[in-house]
Amino acid sequence: MSIYINHISKSYGPVKALDDISFEVSKGELFGLIGPDGAGKTTLIRILTTLLVPDAGTARVLDLDPVKEFRKLRPHIGYMPGRFSLYQDLTVLENLNFFATIFGTTIEKNYHLIADIYSQIEPFKNRRAGQLSGGMKQKLALSCAMVHEPEVLILDEPTTGVDAVSRKEFWEMLARLKERGITILVSTPYMDEASLCDRVALIQNGHILQVDSPASIVESYDRPLLGVRAQNTLRLLEDLRHYPLTHTAFPFGDSVHLALTGEQTDGELLDYLQKKGHTELAIEPIAANIEDCFMELMTEKIA
Amino acid sequence: MKTILYIIQKEFRQIFRNKTMLPILFVMPFLQLIILPFAADFEIKNIRLTIVDMDQSTLSRQLNSHFEASPFFEVTYQLDPGQAADRMQSNDIDLYLEIPSRFEYRLLKEQSAPLHLTIDAINGAKAGVAQAYVQSIVRDFNREVISEWTPQLQPRALAAMGQPVDITFQNWFNPDMDYNTFMVPGILVLLVTMIGGFLSGMNVVKEKEIGTIEQINVTPIRKYQFIIGKLLPFWILALIELAIGMTIGKIIFNIPFVGSIGLIFVFASVYLLLILGLGLLISTFSNTQQQSMFLTWFLMVIFILMSGLFTPIESMPHWAQVLTWFNPIAYFVEVIRMVMLKGSGWADVRGSFISISAFAVVLNALAVWNYRKRS
Repeated sequence: MSIYINHISKSYGPVKALDDISFEVSKGELFGLIGPDGAGKTTLIRILTTLLVPDAGTARVLDLDPVKEFRKLRPHIGYMPGRFSLYQDLTVLENLNFFATIFGTTIEKNYHLIADIYSQIEPFKNRRAGQLSGGMKQKLALSCAMVHEPEVLILDEPTTGVDAVSRKEFWEMLARLKERGITILVSTPYMDEASLCDRVALIQNGHILQVDSPASIVESYDRPLLGVRAQNTLRLLEDLRHYPLTHTAFPFGDSVHLALTGEQTDGELLDYLQKKGHTELAIEPIAANIEDCFMELMTEKIA
Repeated sequence: MKTILYIIQKEFRQIFRNKTMLPILFVMPFLQLIILPFAADFEIKNIRLTIVDMDQSTLSRQLNSHFEASPFFEVTYQLDPGQAADRMQSNDIDLYLEIPSRFEYRLLKEQSAPLHLTIDAINGAKAGVAQAYVQSIVRDFNREVISEWTPQLQPRALAAMGQPVDITFQNWFNPDMDYNTFMVPGILVLLVTMIGGFLSGMNVVKEKEIGTIEQINVTPIRKYQFIIGKLLPFWILALIELAIGMTIGKIIFNIPFVGSIGLIFVFASVYLLLILGLGLLISTFSNTQQQSMFLTWFLMVIFILMSGLFTPIESMPHWAQVLTWFNPIAYFVEVIRMVMLKGSGWADVRGSFISISAFAVVLNALAVWNYRKRS
């Protein structure tokens, strides 16, 4: 077990950021911590990276207690904070050198670890970090977090504010790091990224809603689900939410995913929508994706 | 050790790349050093005096000529005391002297004649100095009148004036009462204090503000390594500034260096540890550079005004004098003046040295204790 979280709670004043959280991350796993802003992801990550002490519960990272054995633990974890935390006024090379040195190593010694990532930004190695693009900053931050050969890599929302292409590239890099046997815990508010993880924990308001592999989560979805399109999506959504059999309706791109409370007779929904004056209607049963499952879980929790 | 050196190297790189930091470090202090002694000059010259001479006699004109001969007064004349009062009201003059009619007559017949002096006392210091100047001129005039006109009365008159013995002054250590000699060492103290106090605190808080502390805190860097690495560059820079500042003092202001320069630097290096500790302590309480700056500024203003740099500590009320025991700037201002101008040695500054060493230890201990790598 690389990461072991046992009944962790943490409050900031009256706000319970984490409420009795427990889960485990196996060695070599790419584990996603998924939840909206304010769910408690960063708090949990800061506890695991020895920066924050929990109010209750215990955690073990690499079989070390982040509270008591933080000094032993720190050299073995790579941490990439949510906010870009490198020195903007130092160059790419200087930043990397700095982090290598304070971990007591050199770039040369561990170049093989970061070659895949660092080679992409090496042409700009004399550029100040502050002048890099968002995607390049992420690559540099990942290089700096990897340069001391950590066994566990903990990333806090690495893809927030990064363009779609860079996000995709970034996940490919994580996949390659995983192949080296590094345990990776990554948090993200983007549910579509869940399918790229081996297992995910869905977190909301300081509670874990579910921990499973993306495939099992999708399988466990048991409601009838329809994809509905119409000419005016906004009005369609509004009307669907007033449809008696509707459980939930969420917009996905230009269609609406409609979960029903039970089976319905053919044509019933079509009639309803036509009466409401919708045109260019298309209704088809669809298989749930991971986002539908999360929406469902979150709705259940609120209800 | 290697880690500390690397952090120091990183700090220097960042300092020299910072386009606002460089002028703050190397231009502003020396501008201050060059400008302040000229501007913050307490010598009062060009006092605007109006004489209302209602006697217009030989003796009154003789008194007038004494004022005109003085380098401290710009003399104008009025015939009506009311007009003189109006001019004081509109801030055209600083004081006026009324010489009543029959001044000469009474002086010669009665051996005594009144003069009336009205002073604008809004600036108390200036008013005091002006009054002293006027009195000294009138005293000279008295003596002259007695010897010239009534020599037969001289012994009795002098006795009546209560001045059988004449006092002469000799100013030691600053024989010409040169204001720069007095101010420049004090301003040097301000410069190193600013560099040490403001910039070091801001430099630590900056890591918090831009978030780099988050990444640093997860590394195996030890607290002491980080703190030493962050503060030592400013310790070095401040000492370099002191050296440059003393050179400027010598070249431009021709400040005497009577005492040991080595002693000043030994004192300064411990003093800077104190100031850096203060900056660090403030930084542990602040989350942004702005907060740390306001806190530092607040303390600095109190320290500077109560340091004896501008006004002597001896003339403060007793409670304020007690407060200066806890004012690091006061110690250094006193020591640097003593050593530079008077040539005081180790034995003379030992007490101050022990005090600031103790403060340095206490402040740094508090700062390190309050500095947290995690919450």
